[in-house]
Amino acid sequence: MNHFLRILFVLLLARPLVRLWFGVTVRHQERLPLKGPAIVLANHNSHLDILALYSLFPLTLISNVQPAAAADYFLKNRLFAWFATEVVGIIPVIRGGITAGSDPLSGCKEALSQGRILILFPEGTRGEPEMLSEIKLGIWYLYRDFPEIPVVPVYLNGLGRAMGKGQWFPIPFFVDIAIGRPLPWLSEKTLFRTSIKDALLHLKQKTILSTPGQQ
Amino acid sequence: MINLLLPPALITALEGVFALLITASITLLFLEKRYPQKNWLELKLRIRTWWWIVACFSLTLLGNMPIALVVLGLVSFLALKEYLTLCSTRTADHVVLFWAYLCIPLQYYWLGIHWYGMFIIFIPVYVFLFVPMRMVLIGETQGFLKAAASLQWGLMICVFCLSHMGAVLALPLLTGIGKAEQGPMLLFYLVALTQLNDVAQYLWGKSLGKHKVSPKVSPNKTLEGFLGGAFTTCLLGWLLGPLLTPFSPLHAALAGLLIGVMGFIGDIVISAVKRDIGVKDSGRLLPGHGGILDRLDSLTYTAPLFFHYTHYLYY
Repeated sequence: MNHFLRILFVLLLARPLVRLWFGVTVRHQERLPLKGPAIVLANHNSHLDILALYSLFPLTLISNVQPAAAADYFLKNRLFAWFATEVVGIIPVIRGGITAGSDPLSGCKEALSQGRILILFPEGTRGEPEMLSEIKLGIWYLYRDFPEIPVVPVYLNGLGRAMGKGQWFPIPFFVDIAIGRPLPWLSEKTLFRTSIKDALLHLKQKTILSTPGQQ
Repeated sequence: MINLLLPPALITALEGVFALLITASITLLFLEKRYPQKNWLELKLRIRTWWWIVACFSLTLLGNMPIALVVLGLVSFLALKEYLTLCSTRTADHVVLFWAYLCIPLQYYWLGIHWYGMFIIFIPVYVFLFVPMRMVLIGETQGFLKAAASLQWGLMICVFCLSHMGAVLALPLLTGIGKAEQGPMLLFYLVALTQLNDVAQYLWGKSLGKHKVSPKVSPNKTLEGFLGGAFTTCLLGWLLGPLLTPFSPLHAALAGLLIGVMGFIGDIVISAVKRDIGVKDSGRLLPGHGGILDRLDSLTYTAPLFFHYTHYLYY
């Protein structure tokens, strides 16, 4: 990963787009982990999600933050793969679970043992805007190996509308981001999965403007 | 480039605004000292945001038309973004929304080139015909009418109505009558009276309010607040008229009354929109005030009506 290109990317593209074109409100910015190793878990509706998450971190720390992303999608052609790995700084993950002889999460584990902050989209793919898809179990396996690190849920509201799956131009909408408290480790897979979903849905409520009925 | 030699009347008026803000800030400091146990955060945020609003608004009064139109265009952009964030849009209409945003620079461009005819029909005729046509091309008929109508209504209030602030600013240039420097003074008169009307209606309602005007839409609006506010604004309009406008005393008082009544209507109409969507505030852009539409609601009605009133009588 090229640190200089990464900082330029965040400074010239991610931040202006997220802060000026959209305009974000962040709830509980102080809960965002600034020191690794840590995992940031976010819902996923748009390619802009990663830009929005990058724009939350100070520029000086940005090269310590890396997102896990689907290898089959981002390594499709050489130019795109160069951009995704060198500039955006993704850690490629092969989707579809463990196959013989290779651990799809090895890149993520390496990043965490190097003290990086890992961004994970536990739904695995961009779903319908503002609908939470099923949580994949990769995060459970990762957390099992690093039980002492904080896993912080983040909900992003509005980016799926701005540029969802299949759309290639970002339309301005106000974006609301809510950051939650670190999730406790649960050894029971389904319970852990449910706790992630509950945490994200709880944060989703906070990103929606209060209605008269809810006051 | 920027004409920093503002007309003396405008300087006096701006000094008045800064005096008001400084008084408010000092009063707040005093209140915090005196009653430290009470929570003053809301008021503090509100006053701080007022400073920002006044600073941005002052940019439109410097006498440089391109800068002023860009600032006002950004206001429309933020308002439309807030409106579209709130109201439900169809995923299929992604491209149509792009065209909707593109209307903003065009609408202000017509003012920049002093093309009044296009400015006045561009949105209510051409854009209103274009939006459904573009939606038909997409071919999604489910929710067609609702989607088309809510987008048109958003463009109406956030772009067409609010761009009349720019039209007031450019009024002498659009018609070729009077001096260009009258524009900033008329805009100041409109905006100051509209905002003071909001404050006056709030204060009258708070102190004397009994009879609710429209409890279902906006439970805090009372007949006493409305009448007291409209009367106060009428008086202020009459007082400020000779300083900032070419109006005769009668016309200045009527302009104040018009702003008082229309400000109330704008406020309550936007309240109904928010209530229909199910939100209390339209956004979080202006801490202490809510969203930008919460602050500009009354201007959506006062700006076009004040523009036509002035256009008809003097320009």
